[in-house]
Amino acid sequence: MTSAPGDVPAIEFRDVVKRFGDNVVLDGLNFSVAQGDRVTLIGPSGSGKTTILRLLMTLEESNGGLILIDGDPYTHEYKGKKWVEIPEKRRRQVRRRVGMVFQQFNLFPNMTVLENIIEAPMHVLGRSRKDAIARAEELLEQVGMTEKRDFRTTELSGGQQQRVAIARALAMDPEILLLDEVTSALDPEIVADVLEVLRDIAKNTDITMLLVTHEMQFAREVSNRVLMFDHGRIIEEAPPEEIFTDPREERTREFLSAVVSN
Amino acid sequence: MSDDLSTVFDRLPRLGESVLVTLELTIGGAILAMVVALVLGFGSRTRTLWVRGPSRVIVEFFRGTSLVVQLFWIFYVLPEFGFKMEALAVGIVALGLNYGAYAAEVVRGSIESVPAGQWEAATALNLGWFHRVRRVIFPQAWVLMIPMLTNLLIQLIKGSALAYYITLHDLNYWTTELRRATNETIFAYTVGLLVYFAISYVLTMLMNWLERRAKRRLGQLPPRGGSLPTVSEALRLKPKDQTEQLAGAVAPGGPSRSKEVSA
Amino acid sequence: MSDIWDWDRAWEVLPDLLEGLKITVFATVVGMVIASILGLVFALVLRKHVPVLTKLLKFVVDFVRMTPLLVQLVFVYLLSPPEIPALAIGCVVLGIHYATYMSEVYRAGIDAVPPGQWEAATALNLPKSRTWRAVILPQAIRNTLPGLGNYAISMFKETPFLFAISVVEMFSAAQRFGANTFSYIEPITMVGVLFLLVSYPTSLLVRRMEIRLA
Repeated sequence: MTSAPGDVPAIEFRDVVKRFGDNVVLDGLNFSVAQGDRVTLIGPSGSGKTTILRLLMTLEESNGGLILIDGDPYTHEYKGKKWVEIPEKRRRQVRRRVGMVFQQFNLFPNMTVLENIIEAPMHVLGRSRKDAIARAEELLEQVGMTEKRDFRTTELSGGQQQRVAIARALAMDPEILLLDEVTSALDPEIVADVLEVLRDIAKNTDITMLLVTHEMQFAREVSNRVLMFDHGRIIEEAPPEEIFTDPREERTREFLSAVVSN
Repeated sequence: MSDDLSTVFDRLPRLGESVLVTLELTIGGAILAMVVALVLGFGSRTRTLWVRGPSRVIVEFFRGTSLVVQLFWIFYVLPEFGFKMEALAVGIVALGLNYGAYAAEVVRGSIESVPAGQWEAATALNLGWFHRVRRVIFPQAWVLMIPMLTNLLIQLIKGSALAYYITLHDLNYWTTELRRATNETIFAYTVGLLVYFAISYVLTMLMNWLERRAKRRLGQLPPRGGSLPTVSEALRLKPKDQTEQLAGAVAPGGPSRSKEVSA
Repeated sequence: MSDIWDWDRAWEVLPDLLEGLKITVFATVVGMVIASILGLVFALVLRKHVPVLTKLLKFVVDFVRMTPLLVQLVFVYLLSPPEIPALAIGCVVLGIHYATYMSEVYRAGIDAVPPGQWEAATALNLPKSRTWRAVILPQAIRNTLPGLGNYAISMFKETPFLFAISVVEMFSAAQRFGANTFSYIEPITMVGVLFLLVSYPTSLLVRRMEIRLA
């Protein structure tokens, strides 16, 4: 799948600013994620991690700076000196490469499991119904939900819904997958099932993954880079084994001990 | 009394015509109202000010001035500006605009009640705006709308009785004619009101059927059967507890049906 | 526009309309008082499950609510002895019609009182009547205020129906003027404006009340 040369990052933030009213969440953030990287964002709540994913999915509008996907400006660009919004039509072309799994699953209750998965491949990617179903069945198999194919989403448990949501995101063949606290809304005993599915995807694909999670053990296994956020800035950045065992920053240490003791 | 009954039978063909006029006003008005409601309802929640502003003004204008005034304004005043319509068209337009403005608020409120996560997931799947609305948002909002729209539909039928005063031979006209022919006020008006009641009742049942169907599609009702809502349930002023419905849509194990108990 | 719209005529009709507005407001206030009281009675009886009475009342309420106010007005007007003024008939019919709606508002208001309130009253061993009067109804009525406001506005906008029983409220005044002078533009347009001037600010007030009480 990775065809791009290694030096163009999959994701790049350049001086990105995000404010909610008077509250500055991101104040000129810069970072990039290489193709095929698995990056975990950690940090206290309100530190801006989820905002980054939501900006990448165009669920929020930035207030300044550039967001690039494979080097292509995504939400805004500079025309001369002027910072202008990119029209929805061009955004959609870039957005095709990005998929997202939500904390609250957000499955469509008016569709069955299968319909949830094939809706976008058919109507956005223009696949035939037959192809879309074949791919959906493959993915359902992968997440262990084959027998729930024709169920209503309201008949599924939270863990099952989340596995369907993962299949739905993968059905769009994203190059980049955003995972926003995907286990936070689940009962502890089913978290493991969902994590197993994600581990599997991490192992068998080269999708670039950006995840926000409180499952430190999982972050450790899956990611190759961890970014520690505080007040909208990256205060520490290291491979997981380093940051989890021997963080350099006092703030990171405090945060990790607080999370682990929970 | 038997004379009265035979008068009713004599007038049956004309009753059919009159009911037809009332139904034309009702159905025509309802369709126009729904179109107006969708345009103004969505218009009222766009971010673009030059769409939202006029939408709000039109909604408030038609809600704020009385149906009676609107109807007679279109009937008496509009022709002076060169817009002359047939009386039936005047009735349909007046009913459609007036109840469309009310229904626009229903549409707007219901669309806003669909959880933001549904919009977000549709965006994340890169669905276009129209597709998002048609396939994801509207089917969920529709369930919330139906009870309130049923209420408005009944109001619309009732409002259609005004048509008599703009020369139309509707059910109201038929009732007054029956009274004239029989000289029996109680008899004529009881019959007339009963026919109105029957029309309202049938349309309510139809809307209830639509609601059950829409709910089944959202998995909020068991596939078939279940207790039918009573007439007064259908006429409830507010939709079934909205938060409960929405919770039902996401919570595992299906929706709570505590509200289904018929009182 | 100016050769169609005649300002002189508009000024000429205004006093009649304002006179009519008084009747309109009067009918709304009296109608709403009747609707509020009768609506509560309906709601309480419908809650009580009195064997025949409840069923019968339920049918009557549905019937009144599902048939046109306009026809009901004319019906009652024709039945009433001529000594009763049309305005009184209008107020009563408006009141009864809206009472069927208000009963739903009360029902919802009573249902919205948390069950803990009933339980607390039981725990204090309050008698049933005292529980209703001192605990439930004060809270329920607070819940019903926005509904009451909204129905007052919609009744206000339905008072023109009274033209059918020859009550000279604002709209009939305009119509009479129109019939006499063969020009409806100014009177009917101004009635619309007057309705908007009264009902829009009132609805903003009710909305604010809804938010405050929510």
